[in-house]
Order: sequence, then structure tokens, then C-alpha cells
Amino acid sequence: MTRAKNALAEHRRELLRQMLRIRRFEEKCVELYSAAKIRGFLHLYIGEEAVAVGALQALTPGDKVVSTYREHGHALVRGIPASSIMAEMYGRMNGCSHGRGGSMHLFDTERRFYGGNAIVGGGLPLAIGLALADRMRGEQRVTACFFGDGAVAEGEFHECLNLAALWELPVLFCCENNLYAMGTALAIEHKQTDLAMRASTYEMPAWPVDGMDVLAVEETASHAAEAVREGGGPHFLELRTYRFRAHSMYDPDRYRDRAEIEEWKRRDPIDALVRREKISSDEMTVIDKEVAGEISDAIEFAEAGELEPVESLTRFVYSPGSPGGGPP
Amino acid sequence: MNEPVKTTYREAMREALREALRRDDRVFLMGEDVGRYGGCFAVSLGLLEEFGPDRIRDTPLSESAFVGAGIGAAIAGMRPIVEIMTVNFSLLALDQILNNAATLLHMSGGQIGVPLVIRMTTGAGRQLAAQHSHSLEGWYAHIPGLRIVAPATLDDARGMLWAALEDPDPVLIFEHGGLYNTSGELATDAGTADIARAAVRRPGSHVSVIAYGGTLGKALMAAEELSSDGIEAEVIDLRTLRPLDDETIMDSVRRTHRVVLVDEGWRSGSLSAEITARIVEQAFYDLDSPIERVCTAEVPIPYAKHLEDAAIPQVEDVLAAVRRAVGDGG
Repeated sequence: MTRAKNALAEHRRELLRQMLRIRRFEEKCVELYSAAKIRGFLHLYIGEEAVAVGALQALTPGDKVVSTYREHGHALVRGIPASSIMAEMYGRMNGCSHGRGGSMHLFDTERRFYGGNAIVGGGLPLAIGLALADRMRGEQRVTACFFGDGAVAEGEFHECLNLAALWELPVLFCCENNLYAMGTALAIEHKQTDLAMRASTYEMPAWPVDGMDVLAVEETASHAAEAVREGGGPHFLELRTYRFRAHSMYDPDRYRDRAEIEEWKRRDPIDALVRREKISSDEMTVIDKEVAGEISDAIEFAEAGELEPVESLTRFVYSPGSPGGGPP
Repeated sequence: MNEPVKTTYREAMREALREALRRDDRVFLMGEDVGRYGGCFAVSLGLLEEFGPDRIRDTPLSESAFVGAGIGAAIAGMRPIVEIMTVNFSLLALDQILNNAATLLHMSGGQIGVPLVIRMTTGAGRQLAAQHSHSLEGWYAHIPGLRIVAPATLDDARGMLWAALEDPDPVLIFEHGGLYNTSGELATDAGTADIARAAVRRPGSHVSVIAYGGTLGKALMAAEELSSDGIEAEVIDLRTLRPLDDETIMDSVRRTHRVVLVDEGWRSGSLSAEITARIVEQAFYDLDSPIERVCTAEVPIPYAKHLEDAAIPQVEDVLAAVRRAVGDGG
């Protein structure tokens, strides 16, 4: 009994640590962005950590993940080292995409992490195909596909939900509903804003989940992933969450009410878990120190990374085995 | 070589599909009406009965979803062949083709190859009007990361598919709609075709006529007629539109010193424009006359037959262009 209790406490402490890794990693990214070490678009996940941390607990190493341009959290939880993510943002050769992708395009096939897709809705067809391959080979794998509420307005979303349901594909659709498609509120874009209900019309189980509660996300995602793995066809989670920061570093955030942001911040998923698990400030200090160490190591790794020689600019456009040695 | 048999372009393509499905159990075909209907142009007729609905997969009218599904399945180790009814419909899947298939390898730093084959019909000449008749392969040839091929002969219809499946990167096969019924002889043991090089289909010394896909036949007919007037045209079949085989093109130009390009795409910003630029860059001092281009008129393809005929390259247009190029009656 006590041992089980300890294991549970240990697990929840790990969930907390994972959320903190994302939070602190991204806070550091903001600093590095201001210092011009990181450029391009930088989309922060701060506030939404419970979604990635909770949902990804449901996966095994053989499962697959497709994500969006707001994917630092998914990448970190999936096990891509913080160092190679940071190096990617630095545009260095030791980055997880060899400096070709940046913040929006993190990839790691070893961890079955298939991006980092910066076209809203563009990752869904890819996820369908990954799952189709598993299904055709009779492998009991789950493909978790993350996308935002904005994707629900895309044609690709509806094409893919239909196809996944029709072919009974092993996909766990994870809709991160943070209420805004960039700067446009859900209700300004959609007549029907109950996204889980809309997904259910495609004949797949679909549930709304409190995306600020990591334990609720974990529990629902585990249940859904298990059903998918057992051949129950696609499942859909509408993870109701909120981003505390602006859409990207370029966004002055003119479209949101300050009071609304403050209201959601009171539901901070990290604070909520700390309160619930009665984590002491001493314990928090220990976790924070550990996380800070990982992040400073990551920065050191990125700083030490080499830049790809410009002569290799067109590398990776075609594979080495391309007939005729590769175009143009 | 075995005794050649009489066949059609359509049957050669079907035989290529059948062979691929037999040789490699990772191969499957998916697209609109490929199964029960037998393929919009009857290319896959009978394959559903032979290989079953798992491998001959009818899809909803969801171009983006099933092309993307092909990309995902290819990444995961399958060898999908995706059929899109016409190039005009492929525009509904352009996001997946350009933003995923063509970019993933590079964007992932070489981790994610996409060994996907997409087949689609292209071209005019069947009175199908402005949403079923365009030749947009030149657009696709603009995109790094893709290989673009256009089989114009029975041998290429039979042999390019397997080569495309062996390519580690995405290959788009453009089948001109006017070619499916063309017939001829094909060796029963016809093998894989090269998808990196152009081919000289008719040797000649006076002018290089460069064509591909649906315009190759017209170029060859023009060359026959010119021959009776003492003009020997060398006819080059580009075969692969990306990468372009500069070597074969320049070698011919350096021998003939005159060039006529025949391209069913629109002239502005076209494949013919790209080839013209390359010849000017690489063989300018070998030219004895301005490069001539026979392209489709800058108009959406019209329905009425006389208007459609006037819009797309015809044998007479090629003849006139060659005569201008060689300075005979121009």
C-alpha cells in the first residue's frame, strides 16, 4: 500500500518535473530570442504543458507522434534531448534537424517524432498515413496527432477524421483547444464551438478534457490510447487549454483581454499540481535546480555546435540513392 | 528478348502496377475510383479482384488526406502508389505534395525520406475543358525535392513505375490522357526504365526538336514530314522533367545548332522557358538561329474542338517552327 502510494507520488513528481522542463526551457528561449541567439518564429507552449505531458504518458516508444509548430513541449516529453532541440533553434549542425528546421520543425525518427508541421492541419494527413502503415502491417501502434483548434476550420481536418474513422486507423487525435487560432477567437471562426461534439459526428469516440489538469489529461489519454491500440479505431480528445504568452514573439497580443489571461493563469497546470500533491518548496527547489542544470547544459551544447558549411546547402534535398545522383 | 506483343499504353501501365504489386508486398495503390470502378481511365481495371481492397484502396474525394496518407505510409516503410485523377485535382493536395513530400527530407536534416509515387493524368485534347485539361507538370518541375517523369512511350509506361518505386524520394508520374489508347509492340520481358535521362527518339542533324509526354508523338510526326523535304530533325524525349538531362539536350544542340521546343504547358514561366534559359546559358555560341517554342496558348483550355485544337501544340505548329528555325520558308 505504502509502496504503491510512493510510486504514485513519484510518478506525479515526474509529471511535475516534465511540465517544469517545458516551462523553464521556453522561458530561457525567450531570453535567447531577445539576445538574438534564436531567430525566426518562436511559438511558446507556456500554459499548455499539462497537455503534452499528460497525453504523451499514454504512448510507448514504438508509437508515433505528429505535432505542430508549437511543439517544444511534445518534443521534450517524447525524449528528444533538450540539447539537440536547443541546438536546432541555434541553427547548428548538432540540432535535431541538422539546423534545417528550427523551432517549428523538430524531428527525431529514433523517437518516432515526425515533426514539427507549420501548416495548420498539414500534419493530420501524415498521421493518417503513419497509422495506415501500422494497420496494414498488423502492428499494434498508436499515432498521436497534435493540432490546434484552428485546424478544425481546415478541409484537411474533416478529410482526415472521415478517412481515419472509415478505415478504422489507430490514431489518437489530440486537439489542443487554446481558444485562439493565432489572433482569432474560436467563436469568431466557428458557428459550433464544441469541437469534441463535432468530431463525434465522424463516428469516433470524442471527449472534452480539462487541459489544465495533467492528471485528467493523462487518465483520459491513457484510456483512449488503450482503446486505439486494441483496434477500437481513432479516438479524439479536445484538450481545453490556454496559452499564457502571445502567439509568437512577433505578436503584441492585442486581441485578448488581460482579465481573461489572468483568469486562466490562476489555473496554471504547474501550480495546480504542486498544490494538489502538496509539493514542498524544498522539493521544488530540488526539481528546479535539476531542470536548470539540464537547460544550461543544452545551451552549452548549442553554443558549441558547428554551423553547417555553406557548401552543403543543398544536402538533404534528395537522398543519396537518388537515380542519376540527384538533381537539379 | 522475348517475342514482342501488341499492347496499349494503358495496358502497359496496368502491367507495371501488377508487377509492382506482385514483387513487393509493401506496394499498394490508392486513389479515387481505383478499385471497384477500375480507375477513371481504366488503368487499374481488374487489380481489385487480383489484389483485394487492402492493396487496391478506393478513397473518398479527399485529395489532401489520401496524398498525405501516402506520404505518411511511405515514411513508415510502405511503398504506396497514389493515383490522382487529373493534374487539376492535384491542386487540392498541393499542400501535402509541396509542404510535406518535397520538404520533409531536408527539413528533418536527412532523417525522413518519402519514397512515394504519385501518378496523375495530364494534358488536353479530349474536349474536357478548363478544369480537366491542363499541363501543370512544369509547375511541379519547379519544386526541389521532387522527381518529375512523363512516360511518352509504351516502354516508359511499362518501365518507369518500378524505377519510381525504387527511388528513395517522391516521384510524380504524369500520364498524358491522350496516350492511354496508343498501341504498339512491347517486349514481354520489358524491364525497368531509366528515370534520370532524356532519350533521342529520332536522330537528325539539322534541328533539335525537344518534346515530352503528349507532344512527343506530334514532334515525331512532324519530323517524318520534314524528312521528305530534306530536313532531318533530331527528336528528343525529355522523359524526366526534373532533373532535366542537360547533357543530352546540349549534346544535341551542339550538333544541330537549332532548337524547337514543344511543350503543352503555357509559355510564360514554363518548362520550355527553363530549357531555353539553360541552352542560352550553356550552348549560346552553338546556336545558329533563335530558339523556337511551340506551347499552349495562354488561355484556359476551351471546350469546343476547333478552339481546343487552336490552343494546344499541333503538328503544323511544329512544322512551321522548324522551318523558321532552319530558315526554310520562314
